[in-house]
Amino acid sequence: MAAASTRMPLLRKHPSLLIFLGVLALFTLAVTLMSEAYGPGIISASFVKTLGKTLCLCLIALAMDLVWGYTGILSLGHFAFFGLGGYMIGMWLMYARTRDIVVASLANGALPPTPEEIRDAVAVQIFGVVGGNTFPTIWYFASSFWAQLALVVLVPGLLALVFGWLAFRSRVTGVYLSILTQAMTLALALWLFQNDSGLRGNNGLSGLQNLPGADAIPQSYVSIWFFWASAAALGLAYLLCFWIVSGKFGSVLRGIRDDEARVRFLGYPVEGFKLFVFTLTAVLAGLAGALYYPQAGIINPAEMAPIASVYLAVWVAIGGRGRLYGAVIGAAFVSLVSSVFTGGRVPDVNLGFYTIQWVDWWQVMLGIAFVIVTIVAPKGIGGLFDWFEGVKSPDRKGEPLGPDDGALREKEAVE
Amino acid sequence: MRSLLAALAAVLTLATMALAQDAPGPLQTILQTYREPIQKSSRTTVGPAIAALAGSGLPGAETVLQAWSDRSLWVRKTDGFFAIAETSGNDLALTDVDSGQPIGTAPKADFDQLRPNSGIKSVIASAMVQFQLSSPDRATREKALASIARDPSTDQLAPLRASIAGEADPVLKAQKERLERLLTLRFDPDEAARVSAIKSFSGDIGVDLRAALNPIVATTRAAGPAVPQGANVAQMLTPGSSALSEDEAKALLVSAGILPPVITPAERAKALVANIVDGQVGGVAVADLDSEANRSAAYEALEVAGAVPPAASDADVAAAMSSAVFYETYAEPSPAVTDAALVTLRSVELRLALNQFIDLALDALSLASIYFLAAIGLAITFGVMRVINMAHGEFIMMGAYTGYVVQQYIADYTISILVALPAAFVVGALAGIAMERLVIRRLYHRPLETLLATFGVSIALQQLAKNIFGTQARPLTSPDWLGGALTFNDIVSISYIRIAIFVLALIFLGVFLFIMKRTRLGLEVRAVTQNPKMAASMGINPERINMMTFALGSGIAGIAGVAIGLFAKVTSELGQDYIVQSFMTVVVGGVGNIWGTLLGAMLIGFLQKGIEWLNPSNTLAAQTYMIIFIIIFIQFRPRGIIALKGRAAGD
Repeated sequence: MAAASTRMPLLRKHPSLLIFLGVLALFTLAVTLMSEAYGPGIISASFVKTLGKTLCLCLIALAMDLVWGYTGILSLGHFAFFGLGGYMIGMWLMYARTRDIVVASLANGALPPTPEEIRDAVAVQIFGVVGGNTFPTIWYFASSFWAQLALVVLVPGLLALVFGWLAFRSRVTGVYLSILTQAMTLALALWLFQNDSGLRGNNGLSGLQNLPGADAIPQSYVSIWFFWASAAALGLAYLLCFWIVSGKFGSVLRGIRDDEARVRFLGYPVEGFKLFVFTLTAVLAGLAGALYYPQAGIINPAEMAPIASVYLAVWVAIGGRGRLYGAVIGAAFVSLVSSVFTGGRVPDVNLGFYTIQWVDWWQVMLGIAFVIVTIVAPKGIGGLFDWFEGVKSPDRKGEPLGPDDGALREKEAVE
Repeated sequence: MRSLLAALAAVLTLATMALAQDAPGPLQTILQTYREPIQKSSRTTVGPAIAALAGSGLPGAETVLQAWSDRSLWVRKTDGFFAIAETSGNDLALTDVDSGQPIGTAPKADFDQLRPNSGIKSVIASAMVQFQLSSPDRATREKALASIARDPSTDQLAPLRASIAGEADPVLKAQKERLERLLTLRFDPDEAARVSAIKSFSGDIGVDLRAALNPIVATTRAAGPAVPQGANVAQMLTPGSSALSEDEAKALLVSAGILPPVITPAERAKALVANIVDGQVGGVAVADLDSEANRSAAYEALEVAGAVPPAASDADVAAAMSSAVFYETYAEPSPAVTDAALVTLRSVELRLALNQFIDLALDALSLASIYFLAAIGLAITFGVMRVINMAHGEFIMMGAYTGYVVQQYIADYTISILVALPAAFVVGALAGIAMERLVIRRLYHRPLETLLATFGVSIALQQLAKNIFGTQARPLTSPDWLGGALTFNDIVSISYIRIAIFVLALIFLGVFLFIMKRTRLGLEVRAVTQNPKMAASMGINPERINMMTFALGSGIAGIAGVAIGLFAKVTSELGQDYIVQSFMTVVVGGVGNIWGTLLGAMLIGFLQKGIEWLNPSNTLAAQTYMIIFIIIFIQFRPRGIIALKGRAAGD
């Protein structure tokens, strides 16, 4: 099997990869041709942004699928990494943009501004809202685009590395790990909510949609560029994830998901595998955030609340975990449907005695749908593809024979 | 000799005549003396008049002051004769100020009424304190003491001392003596008396004592060529040390007039702009003024030319700093008094720290009992059934809303709370049973899916609550007997609601232990926990037991909701605020053991309060630190404080 996979090209062995990349490319092309910038403008700039943001959400869902669907680590902290990535790029965007504005306004003064004056004026502009007038230490690199871009990868990566190392080495697994990651997210969000965290407290960073030095370029172009970047990032990440899960490495990951102890007894360094996947997906989440927030325009700590990471799990579960395209479909489907329902575009239903307003009832529906999917259709939307192809999952009915959750069950042993 | 006799006779005659003409009494004389300021009715000038009246020691002085304050003191227009009067129709019924006897009536038009404004009234009131201190009415004396304590001043010391001996009430006497010592240590002219008064307070933790001592040890900083004569120096300061930074030292030098004012960059820029000549400032081109060095060079050039006031250069600052001395002095001139005050304050601080620690411990205990209440239901479902219920927080919320709804129908708060507690239990238990039957039963053996499905339920329930009750907070009012606080002294106090929650937590601990250890249900639950199959073979129905366990856990969550709702506002996010802490409590304490949950709640409660005490300004950061601590704690005890041993512990 391993020998075969080295001989056979990845694409021929897995047609779904080609199909996915083809669909993504076609979608990108179609949106481009219909956009305001490069076409007749059937799709408005703001909707291009929505689509671009959706692609970023698909990217983080991909990461979530890798860490949860394939490795069995239900992380409720990946939105924290997403937010951190957004903050890192947001610091540069906000600094550079504010600096441009400040320099322009100081240039009208009688004296040419000194570097100290510019720095202080920028600091007052950015931190005046939380009562500060100097740059906190964590903004040391904010003036450099490349440094902040490196931090987009490094900060979530290092946090995931340290947290994962601590958690995995003490064998925190299952629901304990989920709760611990949730606690980490909560701690981070609470920290950022303070005014003296250095990141403007609950005001967050704003004005991120304006690229520094690109005032002359209309938002219709900027939006389509970000859309391309998001699509490219999603495509590349999909390739990377596919490459990881389709080889021997992927088999070990699935082994860890199904029976961690057994994989450990077979001699694999389970902690190392888990740590690698956890850190890699955190980096992917950070990149997704760095692409998402310039399109959203604003980032604040509320985005990193623990509930956001739960929604991430909801998307992946509804799309179908354990298959990469499932995660992408789930994220795209749920977030787009959600924006339709919460955007007030669906007419209210008048029942005579009560009027159902979808803005209010959408979350109730989502919660119930999620429960039903979890119980009735654990494969999610992705299960439909299996149904089309006639693939059936083994009928794992009967009592388990071993003490673990993944142990063989009566009927399976008989066959 | 003859002339002398004649003069004597003349004086005697005059005196007799005056008597016959109704000679003015002593109070009338005082009033006449100060007639002008009294009638002018201005706070700034009326002081001596009131002081003279109050200090006269005459029995009628209090009545006169009271009458003045009550606007029943009148003055005759023609000769300025003062009288206390009551209006009856167009006439006044006059009373003599000295004798207090009625002296007939007079037409109103002949007299002017004295109308003191609120400023004068307050001066009168403080002057009357001395009379009130010896008033026969206990409430009046108490009020007078409170007014002195609120706003102490030098002139109250003597009347206060005089009134102590005559005080019959032992409580008031103790209060008066304490107040007398507090006034002595601040206002007594005798230094020894002040020192002994200060020393007598050693170890006292009253707020009033600290309020009295702190002004004595308050210091001011200054700089000068030498320490002034007779100054009570607290300490000498060295610039650049931790006590006095370079910048602070510079500011002191400026305010002492040793250094010219330090110019700020903005002021300098303004001065430079004002002196632009032909595109140059002090010989430097305007375009080159984009660095600090060039700007200060330009300013110095302007200084030399005399175009701008001199600003201190670095060399000036260094010279001034080395020649001047920096010192911190007490406002209080007597070193003996400040030394005694410092010693007493130090002893006070020790006692204070101890008391604050006790208060903090009480706070932490009540926080721990809240966490325990919130987590106990979770401990049952998670610990006994290994089912993680993320909707637990929403069960707490449902309990709180049940309490709110019950209060809408039952107006009496005591009865409504008594009804709400069992009602919340029933609501929680029913919700728990419904969820167990519909969701959790289908997901045994799949713990991660259970977690997610219950999260789905939690999302739906939260939004449902928002749809029904709206987003604004709903009040859950506690009965009056739970209002207020149990106060031990100025520092240690605990509100009755927190005591009630503590008691409730203890009751639940007892009930839980009783059910688990003494009832048939508890026996069956323990059997199912250890080995469901073996329990089933013994005739126990595990499904029924699981349902009962879940109902119990969820019901307790409902009751916890009522308790939490009493001190927190009831919103749809109420449960969410507690869910992470509840899980932390269970995980830190150790799954499957009620004592572990108790210890976990204690640890988290005390930890959170401890961190808040170290960093009181920032509760958000305190929560962050606490969660980080717990993450690290899990490293060392992954199975919690009390870990199950043996095979039941799982992998």
